Amino acid sequence: MINNKIHEPLFHLTKRTTGGSKRAWALRAIAFAVSVLVCGIVTIIIVAVNNEQLSQAGRYFEEYSFEQYFLDFGEGVFGSPRTIWNLFQETAILLIIALAVTPCFKMKFWNIGGEGQVLMGGLGAAIVIRFMMGKGYSDGLIIFLSLLLAIGLGVAWAVVPALFKAKWNTNETLLTLMMNYIAVCLVSFFVAKNPTAGSNTIFFDKGGTIPPIGPQEFVGKEFVLFIIAAAVITTIMAIYLKYSKHGYEVAVVGESPNTAKYVGINTKAVIIRTLVLCGVLCGITGFLLVSAKDFSLREDTVGGRGFTGVLISWLGQFNPIFMVVTSFLVVFIQRGSAKVATYQAFGTSYPSVMAGIFFFFIIAVEFFVNYKFVFREDIQAKIDAFNEKVKLTLSKNKKVEEAPPVVHIQAGEEQKEEPAQDVVEEPASVEESVKEEK
Amino acid sequence: MKKKVIAIVLAIALVAALCVGFAACNKKANNNSGNDELVIPSDFKIGLITLHDESSTYDKNFIDAMRAVQQELGLSNRQVLIESGVPEGNECYQKACELAEAGCKVIIADSFGHEQYMIRAAKQYPNVQFCHATGTKAHTENLNNYANAFATIYEGRYLAGVAAGLKLQAMGKTNAPKVGYIGAFTYAEVMSGYSSFFLGVRSIVPSATMVVTFTGSWYDLNAEYDAANHLIVDEHCDLISQHADSLGAPNACEEHNVPNVSYNGSTVANCPRTFIVSSRIDWAPYYKYVITQVVKGQAVAKDWNGTLQNGGVKLTALGSVAPAANTQETLDSVKAQLEAGTLKVFDTSKFTVNGQNLTTYLADVDDAGDFVHETEAISNGYFHESELRSAPYFDVEIDGITLLDRNYGED
Repeated sequence: MINNKIHEPLFHLTKRTTGGSKRAWALRAIAFAVSVLVCGIVTIIIVAVNNEQLSQAGRYFEEYSFEQYFLDFGEGVFGSPRTIWNLFQETAILLIIALAVTPCFKMKFWNIGGEGQVLMGGLGAAIVIRFMMGKGYSDGLIIFLSLLLAIGLGVAWAVVPALFKAKWNTNETLLTLMMNYIAVCLVSFFVAKNPTAGSNTIFFDKGGTIPPIGPQEFVGKEFVLFIIAAAVITTIMAIYLKYSKHGYEVAVVGESPNTAKYVGINTKAVIIRTLVLCGVLCGITGFLLVSAKDFSLREDTVGGRGFTGVLISWLGQFNPIFMVVTSFLVVFIQRGSAKVATYQAFGTSYPSVMAGIFFFFIIAVEFFVNYKFVFREDIQAKIDAFNEKVKLTLSKNKKVEEAPPVVHIQAGEEQKEEPAQDVVEEPASVEESVKEEK
Repeated sequence: MKKKVIAIVLAIALVAALCVGFAACNKKANNNSGNDELVIPSDFKIGLITLHDESSTYDKNFIDAMRAVQQELGLSNRQVLIESGVPEGNECYQKACELAEAGCKVIIADSFGHEQYMIRAAKQYPNVQFCHATGTKAHTENLNNYANAFATIYEGRYLAGVAAGLKLQAMGKTNAPKVGYIGAFTYAEVMSGYSSFFLGVRSIVPSATMVVTFTGSWYDLNAEYDAANHLIVDEHCDLISQHADSLGAPNACEEHNVPNVSYNGSTVANCPRTFIVSSRIDWAPYYKYVITQVVKGQAVAKDWNGTLQNGGVKLTALGSVAPAANTQETLDSVKAQLEAGTLKVFDTSKFTVNGQNLTTYLADVDDAGDFVHETEAISNGYFHESELRSAPYFDVEIDGITLLDRNYGED
């Protein structure tokens, strides 16, 4: 059976064509659990190294346990009603930005300018508040006008690359990326022209911003607006992408521009229309950041969420409901880690490092979701024999009445009830899968 | 499939449990008894909010002092919560509230722009003591649980200026040497700082002049580096000092081999050739004071000043190469005079404005946001800096100092 003359590699990879989404989600859940665990291990190591230095310097230090790590982590996420509200508000912000860029990506329009588009929205709101607050205008009017200008500037920043793409087929990735920096510079200029004593921030504390919603005792009064906005936008976006004619056109333009042309879709109009929608959502986010959350504007008001939103959109496979989960998990890691950093005085970079570990695992697991290992026959035989042994021992020890189905060690193999036959069948199935791949 | 998942989850749980077990075994008992008179309850917590993390010398100074106090009073890491990288915005209010809800009895913020958010949080949590370093509003806000703190750092700056003057003397630059200074913003805290530094230099080299440039930011490595280069190359300054938080200026000085007087901490590790001395505020005495008052249930002073006497104002150890030979002795004697009160930094006979000695000056002590200078600050022949409130209000432009540019950071 084993051909010694032809060298066959130990294993090779084939694209997975079978295997349900259940398996995929289980793998992703495991990846998430592992990422949290690795974060914990890395943290423990960092503390141990720190402690080594502290003890050499004769300074006070404390051992850090896994138990305490998870307690601190949990406190950062669910410590008090305020932290929980904060958690959901942060999730909502990320989610709206991810939703805003999603139709662009579905259309294969690589808009990585979410950061700048949101920031311009914030700038629009800030301009109106700055020049109207404290001058006798009603808050309602200022809020309305600041929302309008926020949407206007957000749309402007999104539609310029769209026009260039539609008219001259320019590279939208470069253009949207570069426009982020222009937005940062414009905000920097605006703040420098209107600074508040001794800091690079412009504050809005004289009215013109959205007041807390609900009674004084309600902890969520400052957070709930973003959450409501996210819920509404998620619902609308899910329906828009899945059931509307527009959503269908976006998908067709993304999948096959020629098909789009053939069925008479005006590709240019779809691009511009979709980017306007993106700009509107980014503008609203910027407006809410300035007027309902920070009550101030500075260069890093958006704080990189525009880029994280792109990742979330991708990881959520452009599905608004999946994106709710991914954005929650990202914020979960960031906020939990931030609390760990508080107790350990790790500084500001630590939560980003932890988020990086999380992204690493979550992205890496997609490999196992999409590919499977096919082992060389002899290796496969050994694995099967091992499985058989495990199965026997398990059934002996546990005295299970029904023999459980054998679980293969290698990632990605479907369940096989009769391993003895696999050895014979395997070559055929390998060839098949190779053909399928081609 | 299901089995596989369960197996993996179980394996992970097992590893985790083992790690927990090992870590628990390693746990060290720490019975630092600390201060004998003061018994701090085990549920006492103190929170610190800083603008950046330890990469900024300014914030590092606050964090290091907190760690020192923690060690001295025997507080555990559970009792000391340090929130770094909190911007001067609503996030500060949120963080302060989170700290209060986490059980902190004292919450301290370190950046000027944090003040209004700390006041908001103080109003919401009347049973928690809120303290704000460098702030100006406690004496007018009149909340029972909100206090400001600063230090008579102008005395430290003056001493650093004396060290700089001695260096100029040792370099043979006694004929109108030019000192360069990099400030963050053109406002009282910085102006008081460079003026006192300059007066210190002049007490040794009376013909010295100074040029000042502003970066418009508390922490901007590149801008501070460029500003120092500009002062050295284009303005031909003989010595540089700065009031901004990055290593930009000290690094530029090291490259050009121009002596540097630092702030907030020693830069001798990065700049061994050029570092002379650094004045700094030591916040540890303030932390200890606040903790003591709160634990005893006594009121915290609305304005607290760190001084040379109470250890709030310090000079770092002198550099190894750059300082002049007799520096330490001179500093000791000047320091003794300042402590005894026989020497006043802002003695009105020692400086002039437009060629005249000042006899009266209205300072903006009540910071109502109106920028109205309402309080007489000169009497008995000197400017009463940091006496009417802790944060500096000396914003007089005195003769001998040229501002190359201005960055008011104000409306």
